Amino acid sequence: MTSRAEGTPAALPLEDKLRADGIGMTFERDGGSISVLENISLSVRDGEFVCLLGPSGCGKSTILNIMAGFIAPTGGEVRIDGEVVSGPDPRRIFVFQERGVFPWLTVEGNIGFGLFELAPAERERRIAHYVALVGLQGFEKAYPRDLSGGMKQRVEVARALAVKPDMLFLDEPFGALDSITRLVMRVELLRIWEAERKTIIFVTHDIDEAVQLADRVIVMSARPARIQRIVSIDIPHPRDISSRHYLELRDGILEAIGLAHKV
Amino acid sequence: MTAASHPRRWEPFVWPLLTGTGLLVVWALLVKLSGTDVFPSPLTVLLGLRELLEQGLLWRYVGDSLRRVGIGYVTAIALGVPAGLLLGWYPGVARVVNPVVQMLRPISPIAWIPVAIVLFGVGDLAAMYLIFLGAFFPIVVSTMDGVRNVPSIYRRAGRNFGLSPAALLTRVVLPAALPQMLVGFRIALGIAWLVVVAAEMIAVDSGLGYLVIDARNAGKRYDLVVAAIMLIGVTGLALDLAIRRTESLKSVRWGFRNAA
Repeated sequence: MTSRAEGTPAALPLEDKLRADGIGMTFERDGGSISVLENISLSVRDGEFVCLLGPSGCGKSTILNIMAGFIAPTGGEVRIDGEVVSGPDPRRIFVFQERGVFPWLTVEGNIGFGLFELAPAERERRIAHYVALVGLQGFEKAYPRDLSGGMKQRVEVARALAVKPDMLFLDEPFGALDSITRLVMRVELLRIWEAERKTIIFVTHDIDEAVQLADRVIVMSARPARIQRIVSIDIPHPRDISSRHYLELRDGILEAIGLAHKV
Repeated sequence: MTAASHPRRWEPFVWPLLTGTGLLVVWALLVKLSGTDVFPSPLTVLLGLRELLEQGLLWRYVGDSLRRVGIGYVTAIALGVPAGLLLGWYPGVARVVNPVVQMLRPISPIAWIPVAIVLFGVGDLAAMYLIFLGAFFPIVVSTMDGVRNVPSIYRRAGRNFGLSPAALLTRVVLPAALPQMLVGFRIALGIAWLVVVAAEMIAVDSGLGYLVIDARNAGKRYDLVVAAIMLIGVTGLALDLAIRRTESLKSVRWGFRNAA
């Protein structure tokens, strides 16, 4: 499952980085069973930035956890590069909210966490590069408790990027940040994505966030989650968030969710 | 005393010193007013301490007590931490073993004295065994709870980066559980220091606990009894202050709310 070197992937067209086929998830609880996901099929191209958008508790985090290999689905399968996902893998890193930063390690220690197979010199070099990429120079020896929420989030993104994964799964990464920091972090994430061109799957319940970031927004329904609509955001970055096209796309999503002109 | 949250620099030293002096004065007055010839005054206790120092007993007895605590306590950590890790890591093992642990835990180590003597005879080993028993259970329980309380998000992150189970244990679970383990270590050290006094009263002929009982039996030397009691207090305080310093280590400080 985590074999990185071997393996010619099964015969699947390679333009799709990730393919989910008919994913279903049912939890057994108190004798009954609750269906959280029903027949989710989608594909993500290499280097694409996709947002999974849906109301809180709709099961979008569950989809992300299944794609990352932390949970096995009760139906269907996920293939990445043609291989069926059967567990977590360092080629695909899951970024939690800033709570995932290890509080017992410094900024350097966190960013270098996944680099245990590298020679010390190469490790140092890699850490320094990613410290700089997320703008944390001068904080290398600081512990997370002395950092702000936004800085912790940068540490976690840098820790993920440092192992040079080809995919990132981000689970509402900016949800706990204040609105100004959240905007700054979106700009930062886009800058990093344009520099590194990872495939990103980003879960959010924030419509503006989705329309600002994604190439495609996958709009989910409430539980059990189904794919309600897939919206391509064909606006180049940096996006003018007061342009008519932006507002049309956003209103289209609001309409799909059934909230148009309701507030 | 000011109720301000930031006491001035001299306050942490001056106030306790004043309380201590006040207590000594009250003690001296009570001895004087009651006219007792059994209970010693602070001055006679001080003379007793000097006598112990001159006979070379003071450091020897403190050292003997510390040595027994050290050996018993380190053994308790050496066996208790792996046991706690095992119980915390495998819920199945915990279900089988934990009820027994919880039943043994509230038994005072003092109750084991006869068993200790049967097993190890009268001597150092019996005393150290009792100290071990007293320290072992808090260490096991705090380690087990510490491991269980490691947020799953840390384990997931560790697995995501491709850590083997052994690396996950040493690089994620252990550091994440360490603050809670240290709380158990501190409680265990306090218990060990309580137990050594009791153990030395029965099983050996040196140490501070022995000094208490010996000074009373050999000529009702209450000045030495009180001197020994004070040495027990001061040494216990020093041990606690020493172990509390570990809480301010940077890699565990995050787990202690009040640490600055």
